Amino acid sequence: MNWRGVYAIYRFEMARTGRTLLQSIVSPVISTTLYFVVFGSAIGSRITDVGGVSYGAFIVPGLIMLSLLTQSLSNAAFGIYFPRFIGTIYEILSAPVSAFEITLGYVGAAATKSLMLGVIILATASFFVPLEIAHPLAMLFFMVLTCFGFSLFGFIIGIWADNFEKLQLIPLLVITPLVFLGGSFYSIDMLPDVWRTVSLFNPVLYLVSGFRWSFYEIADVSPLVSLTAITFFLGACLMIVWLIFKTGYRIRA
Amino acid sequence: MTDAGSGLPTGEPVISIRGVSKTYGDGFTALSDVDLDIEQGEIFALLGPNGAGKTTLINIVCGIVGASAGRVLVGGNDNVAKYRQARELIGLVPQELHTDAFETVWNTVSFTRGLFGKKTNPAHIEQVLKALSLWDKKDGEIMTLSGGMKRRVMIAKALSHEPRILFLDEPTAGVDVELRKDMWNLVRELRGTGVTVILTTHYIEEAEAIADRVGIINKGRLILVDEKAALMAKLGRKDLMLQLEKPLTAIPESLAAYGLELRNGGRELVYTFDVVSKRTGVTRLLNDVKKAGLTVCDIETKQSSLEDIFVGLVKETA
Ligand SMILES: Nc1ncnc2c1ncn2[C@@H]1O[C@H](COP(=O)(O)OP(=O)(O)O)[C@@H](O)[C@H]1O
Ligand SMILES: [Mg+2]
Repeated sequence: MNWRGVYAIYRFEMARTGRTLLQSIVSPVISTTLYFVVFGSAIGSRITDVGGVSYGAFIVPGLIMLSLLTQSLSNAAFGIYFPRFIGTIYEILSAPVSAFEITLGYVGAAATKSLMLGVIILATASFFVPLEIAHPLAMLFFMVLTCFGFSLFGFIIGIWADNFEKLQLIPLLVITPLVFLGGSFYSIDMLPDVWRTVSLFNPVLYLVSGFRWSFYEIADVSPLVSLTAITFFLGACLMIVWLIFKTGYRIRA
Repeated sequence: MTDAGSGLPTGEPVISIRGVSKTYGDGFTALSDVDLDIEQGEIFALLGPNGAGKTTLINIVCGIVGASAGRVLVGGNDNVAKYRQARELIGLVPQELHTDAFETVWNTVSFTRGLFGKKTNPAHIEQVLKALSLWDKKDGEIMTLSGGMKRRVMIAKALSHEPRILFLDEPTAGVDVELRKDMWNLVRELRGTGVTVILTTHYIEEAEAIADRVGIINKGRLILVDEKAALMAKLGRKDLMLQLEKPLTAIPESLAAYGLELRNGGRELVYTFDVVSKRTGVTRLLNDVKKAGLTVCDIETKQSSLEDIFVGLVKETA
C-alpha cells in the first residue's frame, strides 16, 4: 500500500474543503436552520406527534440524511471530476498509486467532510428540538456507511460526467426527489396504501428509516433491512468503481 | 549488478519499448510498432512534427495511456504488471500546463512527492525550488504565477520525488529565453547525477543543443534513431538560392558538378549543401557562377525545414 499517496490525495481534498468552508459547511447549516424554522416550528406546531415523537424531532434524522446524501455526492463527484476537467489528473494516473488507493483518498476525504457536516447539523438541530439518541453507535454506523456509500456513488458520477451539467444532474434530478419522497418529513404510515407501496421501492426510505430508528426506535422498515440495503448499495458502488478502473473507462484513453 | 546511485540494473537500457502500438478509441492509429531503447544517463530527444505520436508514446510509458499492443520495461519492470516500481522511477512534465489554481507552490510540489510514496523531505523540495528560481514564490498561489513560472512549477513537481528518469514533453514550447537556458542547465546537471532525460521537440536546433541521441518519429513510426552527430550530418542541409538577372534554359556545363536545380522558369539556381561539413562549397560555387558569366541579383539561404526532411526520410524509408 502506498499510504503516503493516499494521504496526499486525502489532504489535498481536505484542503480544498478548507478553502471553500463557507460554501461547504455554512450553507448547509443555514439551510438546515431554515428547514427547522419552516417545517419544525411553523408547520410542525400544527402537526401532532409522529409515533410519540414531536414533529420537529421527527424530521431531524431525515434532514441530516438529506444533507449527507447531497453533500457526499457532490463533494466526491466534484473531487474527481475537477482534476479530469483541468487536466491535473495526469499526475494521479502516472503516480505509483493503485485504483483502490486513489478511490480511498478521494472517497475518504468526501466521506470525512460529510461526517463532519452531519455532526454539525446534529448540533444545530439540538438548539431547536430536544434530541434523544437511543442507539448512538448504530447512529454513527449508519452515518459512516451512508457517507461512504454516497461518496462512492458521487465518485462514480464524477468519472462518468463529461460536463458540468451531468455533474449536477443526478444530485438534483434523482437524489433530492428520492430524499423528499423517502419519508424524511413524514412516516409512510401517513400515506395512502398505494403510495406506501411505491415508497418501498425508494432506496432512500431504508436509509432514513434505519437512521431514524437509531434515534427514536421508530421505523418504517426493520433496521436490519435498512442495514442490508445500505450495505448492498455500498457493495454495488465498490463493484462499479472496480470495473471502471479495470476497464479504464473515461480515465485512461 | 546494480549501480550504487540509482539501484537500477547497469548495462541494460533504462527504458525498453517493444512493439508498442496505439489505436485510440476513435480508430485513429497514433503509434505503429515502436521499438526503442533508452540508455541509462543519456539525454534523448524525440523529434517529430505535431501529431507524430510523441506525447502518446510518453503517456504510454508513464501509464496515462494504455498501449494497444507491445510492452514497456522501465528499469527492468513491466510498466503494467509492476507499475509501482516502474512509475516510482519516472518524473513527468507534460506538454500542457495543468496546474491547480489555489494551491501554493510549496504544497503542490510536496503533494507530488507524497503521491509517489516518498517520505517528506523539506530540504529536497527547497533545493528543487531554488534550482528553478521558485523559492521566493513558494507560498504564492499558483494562479498568481505567469505561464513560464507555472511551467517551472510543473518541472519542480516532476523532480520532487527524485526520479531517475525525467520526461519533458515539448519543454520549450512557448517558453522564454531565460527559462530555456535554466532548463538546459538543469538537464545537464541532472545528467551529471545519472538521471536519464527524454524530451520531445519539433525543433532540430533544440535536439542539437542538448541531446546525446535523437529519435525521429513521424506518423506514429519511429523512422530512425541515431547519435546526434551522425544525425545532424544527415539533417543539417541548407538550400542556397541564387536569383539570376537573366533566365537560363539549362545549367551551364561548368557548373554541372554542383548538382544544381533550376527553378522559377530558369530565374533561380538552387544549391543544396551540408552545413555541418567543413567545406560547404559555397565560395567555389559563387566563383564558378561568376566565371560562367551569370549575373546574380539576390542571394538567399534556407534551412531545409523539418517537414522537408521528414518527407525525405519517409520517402527514403518507405
Ligand atoms: N485521446 C485521443 N483520441 C484520439 N486521437 C488522439 C488522442 N490523443 C492524440 N490523438 C491523435 O494521435 C496523434 C498523435 O498525437 P500526439 O501523440 O499528441 O502527437 P505529438 O505529441 O507528436 O504532437 C494525433 O493525430 C492526435 O490527434
Ligand atoms: Mg505532443
